[in-house]
Amino acid sequence: MRGRPRASKPPARNTARNGGEGLYAAGRFANDSGMSEPKLYFEDFEPGAVTVYGPRLVTREEIIAFAAEFDPQPMHLDEAAASATLLGGLAASGWHACALTMRMICEGFVLDAASMGSPGVDEVRWLKPLRPGTQVRLRATVLDKRASNSRPDRGFVSYLFEMIDESDAVLTAMKTPLMVLRRVPGSAP
Amino acid sequence: MKFFEDIQVGDVTELGRHTFTAEDIKSFAHRFDPQRFHIDEEEAARSHFGALCASGWHTASMWMRLAADQRRGEIEGVRLRGQGPAQWGPALGFRELKWLKPVYAGDTIAYRAEVLEARASQSRPEFGLVVSLATGDNQKGERVISFVSTIFVQRRVAGP
Repeated sequence: MRGRPRASKPPARNTARNGGEGLYAAGRFANDSGMSEPKLYFEDFEPGAVTVYGPRLVTREEIIAFAAEFDPQPMHLDEAAASATLLGGLAASGWHACALTMRMICEGFVLDAASMGSPGVDEVRWLKPLRPGTQVRLRATVLDKRASNSRPDRGFVSYLFEMIDESDAVLTAMKTPLMVLRRVPGSAP
Repeated sequence: MKFFEDIQVGDVTELGRHTFTAEDIKSFAHRFDPQRFHIDEEEAARSHFGALCASGWHTASMWMRLAADQRRGEIEGVRLRGQGPAQWGPALGFRELKWLKPVYAGDTIAYRAEVLEARASQSRPEFGLVVSLATGDNQKGERVISFVSTIFVQRRVAGP
């Protein structure tokens, strides 16, 4: 039987990267060594643990590229048009902020975890615009966890993911449960 | 684009359909959600999903794409009638997002929005807040995604 690293919190990887070249390089994770042999199971997540991932530069180019594909509204595409909206200038689609959150938690710990995806998201609040050139970090707080009532092989880990800027202002807050396999099915959580 | 005053609780907007190809699913996932069941058919077949399926964020983002296309169409219609379009957005966020069923390669999702609530904005009297139920159903009629979104919509006449 393999060892049981009782990590007090998911390990942070250095996820600093340039948001420009190579951002969309397909296959970036295809050979990730953590993929087939998970290191983190339900038992390893501890309520109260706080981990900060990043930083990551969000560029104007990627904001416009995402918007062109998924949210083609003037406030996400064009500086002049955006300045006439409530956002008061070019800002990323809220869905882009969500997708970047997912990317950062994948790099942070999800790819190392026995992840089974997520049943949904309790709440996302887009609190402040995500502007081009912002160096974002992701503050991940384990709020709670519970074993599945119906499936003894898994549990739910509830997280608060906050995207924060250089001055620690919260831009986006997401509350979501992640579904994770248990190392020992049916054991006490 | 409708003004706040033109919006009624119960209004339903059919946003259109989108078919998710394996290529699209993997392209999105490589960029934003590179979990094995979103990027590799064989790994996905071994996972609890049983086959390659879209990131939930991809399914949600396509709702936004079709909603944005629909808004753009309405704006063009209003301009053709020589009127100024109402300003929509930004959204404040959403709640109760449920990924009810996986979206597999080849699935076609029909998206829609239904108005649940329309109320004045406390902070911005020239805008109202519209709460909508956003949904997507697959070709078998099964709901695959739903969420409740809240968005600012400009009023024709500023509120009190």
